[in-house]
Amino acid sequence: MNILLMLVWIIILFCVVMLHVAYATYFERKIIGRMQVRMGPMRVGWYGLLQPIADGIKSFFKEDIVPDRADKPVFLMAPIICLVAMMASLAVLPFAKGWVLADIDIGLLFIFAMSGLASYGIVLAGWSSNSKYSFLGGLRSMAQVISYEVAMGLSLVGVMLMAGSLNLTEIVEAQGDSFLGMYLMPQCIGFFVFFVSMLAETNRVPFDLPEAETELVSGYSTEYSGMRYAMFFMAEYIGMMVMASIGTVCFLGGWNGPFPVPFFPPLWFVLKVYMFMFIFIWIRATLPRYRYDQLMGLGWKLLIPVALGNIVLTAFMKAIIG
Amino acid sequence: MFTQIFFIYCALMIIASSILAISFRNPIHCVLMVLVLFFHMAGLYLTLNAEFLAAVQIIVYAGAILVLYLFVLFLVSLRDEIRLIPFIANAWIGRAVSAGLAGVLLFAVLPSFTIGEKGRWTVEAVREVTHTKAIGQELYTTYLLPFEIAGLILLVALLGGLVLARRERGESDDEEVSADTTHPGSTPIQEEVS
Repeated sequence: MNILLMLVWIIILFCVVMLHVAYATYFERKIIGRMQVRMGPMRVGWYGLLQPIADGIKSFFKEDIVPDRADKPVFLMAPIICLVAMMASLAVLPFAKGWVLADIDIGLLFIFAMSGLASYGIVLAGWSSNSKYSFLGGLRSMAQVISYEVAMGLSLVGVMLMAGSLNLTEIVEAQGDSFLGMYLMPQCIGFFVFFVSMLAETNRVPFDLPEAETELVSGYSTEYSGMRYAMFFMAEYIGMMVMASIGTVCFLGGWNGPFPVPFFPPLWFVLKVYMFMFIFIWIRATLPRYRYDQLMGLGWKLLIPVALGNIVLTAFMKAIIG
Repeated sequence: MFTQIFFIYCALMIIASSILAISFRNPIHCVLMVLVLFFHMAGLYLTLNAEFLAAVQIIVYAGAILVLYLFVLFLVSLRDEIRLIPFIANAWIGRAVSAGLAGVLLFAVLPSFTIGEKGRWTVEAVREVTHTKAIGQELYTTYLLPFEIAGLILLVALLGGLVLARRERGESDDEEVSADTTHPGSTPIQEEVS
């Protein structure tokens, strides 16, 4: 019985997230369109509202092409690894009080573990395609994800210290429901580091070197087509949402808002996540791409030392204040 | 009941994937098998209520160390550079030696296994304070000195790696060692491996 109920919850979460992912692409195309003084998708449905559905159906029925010299099992598996890892991290996100599939004590670490696993999908896709562009994309992504994962983990240690827990629900509750309780202010250094490494971790502009169109066609996913390509796409958007949720939970007070919403408690959470998504897209429409050595220099020489300093500072403050 | 099935599944998968890891021809496939192995080891830690250890196992071993192995494997030309000269000519002698080694290890290790709980941290005690807190407390109070020594050893290894990488490159080029490793053409990693 319990397991059945759990399954139902998982299916509901899956459907809701998939719809959100589909419409996140619409959201992105519309916003970027507006920012570049054009309309974005307009043809399919009212104001192009059915465009994501049409795209989904199209990619589902396309031929799944496997290159001749590719390492077939790995090639076929890579997008699945990527998507599964990203989806698994959805399980520990608290959308509202009690609205969490698995309320585990190591929620934050679980998310790091899963994002580490997702990078395997990208790396293996790059390698198994047996193509120069894919391979370079995979290598870049690997180096980028390893270095920024360190910065991101360190930037959240401040939050862990302040909340005294790795459980995401407890982190939200430790922030209280007042505006000043949010960790955004006391952890502003941590938030800065987290934000930059969040962009790098999800391979978004200005750190989208793994799929830099101008030099690598589309990086690790060059040789993919049809549904498998769509899986990478979905994984990327779910990754954005997971990272936005982590930012919301750890720095913006999670589901707490100015006033509680009676029928739909996750409203504030969703709004905050969408604010993050908007900033993701805004940055994409604004900034040019980093050069590769600049990216590495930023990660290792600026973000990691700053995050380490933040840990020491937070620990000192906690020891003094109590 | 469920825990037992899970344990048996993890144990069998660990054995199977470790055998596959040493029997595949393609080193990348071997590394992937090791990845599967690490995941099931994390699963075993979960059956012991050691969730922190499980997460760290995946983050550190799967997320960092194994990725670095992959990196090295990608950058060396597999066909030319990884050609092993067999240490022992006859395969069966090698197998016998390794079986003997395993036997000795088991003989030494097995007596130290005792069934049931031992010491201060019973399952209930760990559950009460959460595993992360328990491990942190033990590490920074009871085992502080060993922990610091381990940290020092790692630091020495880190500095050693740095010194080796620097000597290869000379003094002139100060820019981003880490960035340069990603160009397949001029690879310090390649030199270290060969």
